Amino acid sequence: MGLLDYKFDQGRVIITRVDDVLNWARLSSIWPIGFGLACCAIEMMATMASGHDLDRFGVFPRPSPRQSDLMLVAGTVTFKMAERVKRLYEQMPEPRYVLSMGSCSNCGGPYWEYGYHVLKGVDRVIPVDVYVPGCPPRPEALIGGILKLQEKIRNESLLNPAALV
Amino acid sequence: MLHEIKSLLIDKFGSEVIQSENPSGLQPWLAIKVDFIEKVCHELHDNPKTFFDFLSCLSGVDNGPQQNTLEVIYNLCSIPHKTQLTLKVIVPRQTEDGSLPSVPSVCSVWGTANWHEREAYDMIGINFINHPDLRRILCPQDWEGYPLRKDYKTQEFYHGIKVEY
Ligand code: SF4
Repeated sequence: MGLLDYKFDQGRVIITRVDDVLNWARLSSIWPIGFGLACCAIEMMATMASGHDLDRFGVFPRPSPRQSDLMLVAGTVTFKMAERVKRLYEQMPEPRYVLSMGSCSNCGGPYWEYGYHVLKGVDRVIPVDVYVPGCPPRPEALIGGILKLQEKIRNESLLNPAALV
Repeated sequence: MLHEIKSLLIDKFGSEVIQSENPSGLQPWLAIKVDFIEKVCHELHDNPKTFFDFLSCLSGVDNGPQQNTLEVIYNLCSIPHKTQLTLKVIVPRQTEDGSLPSVPSVCSVWGTANWHEREAYDMIGINFINHPDLRRILCPQDWEGYPLRKDYKTQEFYHGIKVEY
């Protein structure tokens, strides 16, 4: 903290844009709703555990959609689950983001042809911001996806939002 | 062993109880006439000589439109006698009035049969008579068709979501 102390300790001011401060706060504490749907969830858990430590990016799973900024769809979305996923998404406060992790939730994955019960891509029920390919993606890839999302948030303007298309 | 059980059943229920048999192979089996299956299972369970106290598995099989039959396979096991037995029931694929082919439930003999029969109902479309709770167990309740039938075609939409890739 040496540099910051030196800069701010005598009541000095910094000048920045409100958007930049808000975005910096938001992208540094992306809280995902903690749920996993299949094998990809194991890799997600590994990413959050001490080895890869997603917490250093401020990513910390929450047990309720009401407290979450991000929905990490980690695994196979069946039709039976799809409606629950959609409802959870609707319960999240805005601004909210969706990261689709793994081939299954990107496009149906290994079930794309004969998996009568698998939704062929979670983007058929909720809008997806970041797709992470892999079956399953390695933790590094998931971290890469989170960084992409941070990039997206960094370039947004909450005060002057682009129209949803 | 198979021979003894066969004569025991014929003594008790008459010769028409056995529809066919296969004494060789890894799992020698007796095909029981469909109307007798519940009584036969009760007998094999209650008789101290056989005492099949455990239903290891119950599966539904579709033999396809060519053979035009469905099967239910019962894998029995007697824990004290250390013996195993495979029973089958073979029913036609189609009934005259278009309803599902029916097989008496063996839930009253082994509680294990409850979920196995629900699975066979869900996947193959076999109606188990006198089952206490015959609902789909894997697919959503309003799913159309029986996915493990050889001539199964997926529905086009489920709750407005396209099913195919
Ligand atoms: S993408 Fe692969 S690893 Fe991930 S849930 Fe699907 S099958 Fe499992």
